[in-house]
Amino acid sequence: MAEMLQILAPDGTLVGESPVDDRVLSELYEAMVTARSYDHKATALQRQGRLATYAPYEGQEAAQIGAVAMLETRDWLVASYRDAAAMQRCGYPWTQLLLTRTGDERGGQPPDGVNVLPPSITVGAHMIHAVGIAWAQRLNETGAVAMTMFGDGATSEGDFHEAMNFAAVYQTPTIFVCQNNGWAISMPRRKQTASETIAQKADAYGMPGEYVDGNDVLAMYDAAKRAVDRGRHGEGPTLIEAVTHRIKGHTTADDADRYRSPDDTAEWVEREPLGRVRRYLESKGQWSPEWQQEVEASASEAIERALADAESLEPFSAEEIFDAMYAEVTPPLAIQQRQATEAGST
Amino acid sequence: MTELNMAQALNAALDRALADDRVVLLGEDVAQTGGVFRISDGLLAKHGADRVIDTPVSESGIVGAAYGMAIAGLRPIAELQFMGFSYPALDQVISHVARIRNRSRHQFTAPLVIRMPYGAGIGAAEHHSESTEALYAHIPGLKVVVPSTPGDAYGLLLAAVDDPDPVIFLEPIRLYRAARGEVPEEPFTVPIGTAAVEKAGSDVTIIAYGAMMLEARATAAKLAESGVDAELVDLRTLVPFDRDTVLGSVTKTGRAVVVHEAARTAGFGAEIATQIYEEGFYSLLAPVERVTGWDTVVPLRRAEQHYVPSVNRVMAAVRRVMEA
Repeated sequence: MAEMLQILAPDGTLVGESPVDDRVLSELYEAMVTARSYDHKATALQRQGRLATYAPYEGQEAAQIGAVAMLETRDWLVASYRDAAAMQRCGYPWTQLLLTRTGDERGGQPPDGVNVLPPSITVGAHMIHAVGIAWAQRLNETGAVAMTMFGDGATSEGDFHEAMNFAAVYQTPTIFVCQNNGWAISMPRRKQTASETIAQKADAYGMPGEYVDGNDVLAMYDAAKRAVDRGRHGEGPTLIEAVTHRIKGHTTADDADRYRSPDDTAEWVEREPLGRVRRYLESKGQWSPEWQQEVEASASEAIERALADAESLEPFSAEEIFDAMYAEVTPPLAIQQRQATEAGST
Repeated sequence: MTELNMAQALNAALDRALADDRVVLLGEDVAQTGGVFRISDGLLAKHGADRVIDTPVSESGIVGAAYGMAIAGLRPIAELQFMGFSYPALDQVISHVARIRNRSRHQFTAPLVIRMPYGAGIGAAEHHSESTEALYAHIPGLKVVVPSTPGDAYGLLLAAVDDPDPVIFLEPIRLYRAARGEVPEEPFTVPIGTAAVEKAGSDVTIIAYGAMMLEARATAAKLAESGVDAELVDLRTLVPFDRDTVLGSVTKTGRAVVVHEAARTAGFGAEIATQIYEEGFYSLLAPVERVTGWDTVVPLRRAEQHYVPSVNRVMAAVRRVMEA
């Protein structure tokens, strides 16, 4: 088996050289706690009927927060529907993330200057978008990079091949972050691909592949930092396989007990990403239950505010659903817009 | 004015478009060889390999990458080698290119042009004679353009590059060299969404687009010999559909024949005919006739002539509406 990059072991001991000091690690931990608060809150809101189907990422916080830690405002993130933690960390507001989940297109509209695309719902089609965006950065010599996030299932899509191939051929500054969370709905990773690792697929395309403990925020940070540096310095793309686990179901509409045993997840709960950082910080006297509660309370409050903002928006009128199909409503569409307005919605 | 064929006019338009350094041209074999139809001949030497880009054989990759480039501020022109090879990219077109503006409420947009040669009439191999424009016309968020003259090809292509929304730009293979015409030397655009009344007439309206304008014109000339004055409408843009020009003509003549080489069922002609019925029914003197390709695969070279609408078939349809 390929050797997996790990810096902070599940028991909270450093087994490699940390790329950051304890202050930065505390910040990463805080971001992961905040992300988990959002994940739990969104799941609860779905159960209350206030959000539509939600795709939880519990257990994948390190893979997401670690990967994007080195991204700057000028960089781009093109992520999937399970990557709210990474998106929010890159400036995509909770309000918009929640709006999407309430079933409102305005969730796809982050503020100006936030280079984060609304999440791709189709599996795998979006990786090539990050290649095109990165290609434009190369042509315009901006020094910016584009990161894309996807799951193990997405690597079976033809578009994964096309994206990896283009990125390597044109040496675009693209960072491919595969969160191998073990499951694509009901399909386990071992049935998804016969490759020993997903990271090794990079070899075939002629780009570096990193096989990383995706539950170790320091390892993710370290691998992503190297990939981002390569991209910025004209050294092309990188594939990072973050080995992690989907602790919950595929979505709130899924019942994972139909296809996997609780044992499958039990060992991963031991290895989940927050506990190890807490243990480490505690050993350094940098963690207290009071601080933890403070972080959670502050996250909860921010999410409540975001939800109130999201729910305060009036749903679109019939007229408004036509407004963003084109830069300007075309004459044939204007006719339908009038018809829809006259018809009303009942 | 210079006389150019459509291939030369498209080449001139691409050259002009590339004067804007946000514009890049990418596709299979477009750079070194100038494309299989030589539409981009000479552009690599003039604009360089960063702007005129040979890509791997990867239609979804071409469109997906062009989409990313467009989001990041470039103005990509993607060439798909034949319409029949465009289907691997359909998911990119339908799921992303056509939707990002709505998905992000104008925050992110994909102003790209996807060019593809289409249509029968040159006896090509299977998949090389497709006319499946209705697939694209059906997708909200796209514009679909089909020129039939060198001047329109030039002006519509520049308009497509300028357009803030994605444009599917269909190039009639049969007309690349067969269509010749005067093209002004100064850059100009032809507005997307406007049909052209190419020839005024009073008895019947023939509505066509792309290569079928050849049959439409030949039919009109033949009809003139027998004293029937046909009006010719070249649609030029399928989406957004220029209802006013079509209805204006049909309410004047009272008769309409719609011609396309695409298969009949759910072809764009059904949309045109329905628009006429919905808004112009009481002006009609006869039912609308459609002359189309059949609901068959486009036959290969030796039987292709049975498929593509001929002047005789259009003439017969005109006679039927004249006698009704």
